Amino acid sequence: MSTYLDGNAAAGALREVFAVDITSASARCGGCGQTGVFAEVRLYVDAPGLVARCPGCDAVLMRVVKTDTDTYLDLQGLSYLKLPNG
Amino acid sequence: MAGTALRGRLTWRVATVSAVREETQTARTLVLDVPDWPGHLAGQHVDVRLTAPDGYRAMRSYSIASAWPSSPAGGAKVDLTVEQVPDGEVSPYLGQVIGVGDPLEIRGPVGGWFVWRPEQPGPIQLIGGGSGMVPLMAILRAAELAGRQPDVRLLYSVRRPESVLYAGELARSKSEIAFAYTREGPAGERIGRIDAEVLARSAWSPDVGATVYVCGPTPFVETVADLLVAAGHDPAQVRTERFGPSGGGR
Ligand SMILES: Cc1cc2nc3c(=O)[nH]c(=O)nc-3n(C[C@H](O)[C@H](O)[C@H](O)COP(=O)(O)OP(=O)(O)OC[C@H]3O[C@@H](n4cnc5c(N)ncnc54)[C@H](O)[C@@H]3O)c2cc1C
Ligand SMILES: [Zn+2]
Repeated sequence: MSTYLDGNAAAGALREVFAVDITSASARCGGCGQTGVFAEVRLYVDAPGLVARCPGCDAVLMRVVKTDTDTYLDLQGLSYLKLPNG
Repeated sequence: MAGTALRGRLTWRVATVSAVREETQTARTLVLDVPDWPGHLAGQHVDVRLTAPDGYRAMRSYSIASAWPSSPAGGAKVDLTVEQVPDGEVSPYLGQVIGVGDPLEIRGPVGGWFVWRPEQPGPIQLIGGGSGMVPLMAILRAAELAGRQPDVRLLYSVRRPESVLYAGELARSKSEIAFAYTREGPAGERIGRIDAEVLARSAWSPDVGATVYVCGPTPFVETVADLLVAAGHDPAQVRTERFGPSGGGR
């Protein structure tokens, strides 16, 4: 796929890893500082695994790669995720 | 996490196709029986996984079309509506091959942003292109169950009248529904894509403060979201979901 989806499409993969829904969390890009709902990030699914990029500056925010035994979660590009309590 | 029980890890469940409804020449609805289904919110989706005899797996997302817990139209089931993408890997199987009694592996419901909750105040604007109508139908059904028909407006972009999903149910709906026909339409209807003028005519005006749900192919969603913001809608009130790469399906 040459174009992208959005963070909504990662909901299933992220619910395998987190106990709560991350797509409705706010995410702040560590590169440009743009803050938005994770559901609105650009999601590329043709890479090995999932790559989420910032809609503002295109920086990689998150990478999820699954092997037979483990899931790698790279969150380097995010300065934070904000989740409601409860 | 005191006070909040940690929800279990999301697991794959084996659903069974209990009925199949033809929607159009290229789309059909699979009605699924899902053991221990926890229920869902309108707008959520499931991931579907197919496994070939040699172990090769393909996974795709499909929105849930039915409201929960039940509706006269949807029943207390999980309905998926699949539009076949020519040469697709997964959709032709779901659209042609799988039948009543067959198993289907799904996980979900997932997605917490592109959803509508009955307690959510304010009007609802739904804007769909092609199969992007599917989660919007769940919202329309849920809003009708909650008695909120007058709050809902739907603007639905389709290639031609025969491509309209849920045509019969939409015709009976008491919500305000407008179509944008992109290739062919009924006599006297405008043919063309959604533009600023169509939005101004058919959608809630920005000052109403509606929550807007836009779903369809990526370029469709992009165009409509830009038009909405240009028309004065609060970007924070515009929720989008992209279904796929091409401009197909409209
Ligand atoms: C959150 C989410 C919810 C979705 N809900 C639904 C739904 O309710 N109903 C539904 O029918 N689909 C839905 N989709 C799209 C679905 O997941 C698949 O992408 C689609 O069925 C095509 O899969 P395929 O394996 O047949 O095609 P593929 O083998 O993946 O692709 C074949 C060709 O079609 C193109 N293509 C892929 N997807 C699309 C698309 N959606 N539109 C146009 N061209 C495409 C590809 O670029 C490729 O050229 C949803 C997608 C997402 C991310
Ligand atoms: Zn950024």
